[in-house]
Amino acid sequence: MGPVLVLVERSEADGTVCRSTCALLTIARRLGPPVAVLCGPVDAASIALLGRFGAATVCTVTSPEVDEYPAACRVETLVDLARRMSPTTILIASGRAGQEIAARVAVRLDSGIVTDAIDIRMGPDGPIAVQSVLAGSYLVESSIVRGVPVITIRTEAAAAEAAPVDPTVHKVDIEFPARGRATRLVSRVRNDAGHRPDLATAAVVVAGGHGIGSRDSFKLVDLVADALGGAVGGSHTATELGWCPRHAKIDQIGRIIHPRLYIALGISGSVRHQAAMQGAETIVAIDHDPAAPIFRVADFGVVGDLQQVIPELLTEIRRRKTQPVATAAGPPEV
Amino acid sequence: MKVVVLVKHVPCVIGDLSFATDLTVDRVGVRARLNEADELAVGQARRIALSRVDVRITAVTVGPVGAVDALRRALMLGADQGVHVLDEGLHGCDVLATSRVLAAAVVRLGFDLVLCGAASADSGMSAVPAMVAERLGVAVLCFADTLEVTRDGVEIRRDNGGGLEILAADLPAVVSVTERCGGLRYPSFAAIVSARHEFVRTWSLADLDIDAAEVGLRGAATVVRAVTPAAGGKNRVVVEGDASSTAVRMADFLAERQFL
Repeated sequence: MGPVLVLVERSEADGTVCRSTCALLTIARRLGPPVAVLCGPVDAASIALLGRFGAATVCTVTSPEVDEYPAACRVETLVDLARRMSPTTILIASGRAGQEIAARVAVRLDSGIVTDAIDIRMGPDGPIAVQSVLAGSYLVESSIVRGVPVITIRTEAAAAEAAPVDPTVHKVDIEFPARGRATRLVSRVRNDAGHRPDLATAAVVVAGGHGIGSRDSFKLVDLVADALGGAVGGSHTATELGWCPRHAKIDQIGRIIHPRLYIALGISGSVRHQAAMQGAETIVAIDHDPAAPIFRVADFGVVGDLQQVIPELLTEIRRRKTQPVATAAGPPEV
Repeated sequence: MKVVVLVKHVPCVIGDLSFATDLTVDRVGVRARLNEADELAVGQARRIALSRVDVRITAVTVGPVGAVDALRRALMLGADQGVHVLDEGLHGCDVLATSRVLAAAVVRLGFDLVLCGAASADSGMSAVPAMVAERLGVAVLCFADTLEVTRDGVEIRRDNGGGLEILAADLPAVVSVTERCGGLRYPSFAAIVSARHEFVRTWSLADLDIDAAEVGLRGAATVVRAVTPAAGGKNRVVVEGDASSTAVRMADFLAERQFL
């Protein structure tokens, strides 16, 4: 069984390996021995984390182009490694960068591609990828019949399970052709979101809407997010009222999110809002109106006054974190 | 300056679609429209045309007979001419084949800038722009939230979740735009009328020197094995009552699903 190439995604802020990569490695182990492709500076913590999730081999690329030409450099690396190692599959985390890299690698290798898979299993003749299509109304299972399968995976809903190995590190030198310099990164401007995870890739998202009542009360949303280690978002109305920054608008024309847990506080659940969050694995909602459409998509709903329920919830979460109930406590999530 | 806009005719309501017996999306009798992000791509092309004198905008689509409506809409929104790649052999094309056909059409037209929507409402793979660029051997700038064309280059801004990225490339280049890039205006009555009478060119696979055996269902590198309706029967719980008891039940639920 050939290796499975897994492109490592790193946090832009501090270069640490993202949770999405741990989930990818977990999926990759079903298909073959994972080979992690790490672009950028090599540090012991990253290698150790990749090893913890089963990457027996880590290929590192440290050329200076990694930062300046992020997509092109990763394309060249994956194409080069695919030709040398003849892997069974190439796995990349879904996302703006991931989608572009996967598409270009597929053309270069003339390989079949599946994007935004939600699950993968090994079939008799290669991996079978499962996609949720047409607004989640159908599940499509596809397999790739030409070339090295290139698959991008929505990792937010995938679990990361450790399977420690001691990784061997290979330094890879790639030839970076001139045409790779076509698109250059001019600059990056970071949002001042503080320590909270990024909305697009957060496993937990807490959002507030009109029902929160005021800009001051919107702090309750921040408190719930902090208690659960999640990102903060707002509905169309909340952002229009200025309670929450525009880049955190969860809306059909704002951010489309696919977290593992989505908590809607005082959001009625308009069609445009649902279009942006229906990809969440678990949906929890609190609102005062029992007829709110959000309760038709929520796995768990609370009809009640936010101003009273949220403080009680925060107290309860704090109590459970300090003295975990034996039945409730699972292994810590990554 | 030659601007080519790649457009797609997509169903108006995505949730009501079903699959045909060959496991392709059944598009017969389904109301369709020009993909929203592609409308904005045409709008951006028009905006560029207003600031220069030498711009010619061509809209290109690949699709069945009805897809010509997408070109008509693009013509109303500011495209100067339309090209429809129409061939029996195109049915069931995967994304590799689609990008190959589009790239061949773009090469035949000649281009300085290729614009398109960042994702289609029906499939949403977002793979076509990068694939077309790779086939054309030019730079690609995906998911542009804003787009500026300078004298010999193009600069975009895109939101990458954690912040803003500013990317630049020299022309020729391929740029895909999001619904956030703006530039769309309601077409004038005169534009609507004249678009109805505009001549739309139709090209077949032979016109593009592509062998029909290499595209369509037969040439697909990805094969759909099974399509199943997603199980909608989720177990939903809604609780009412006093604040502390509902808060405890919510915490129980979160703990059960291992979020605490």
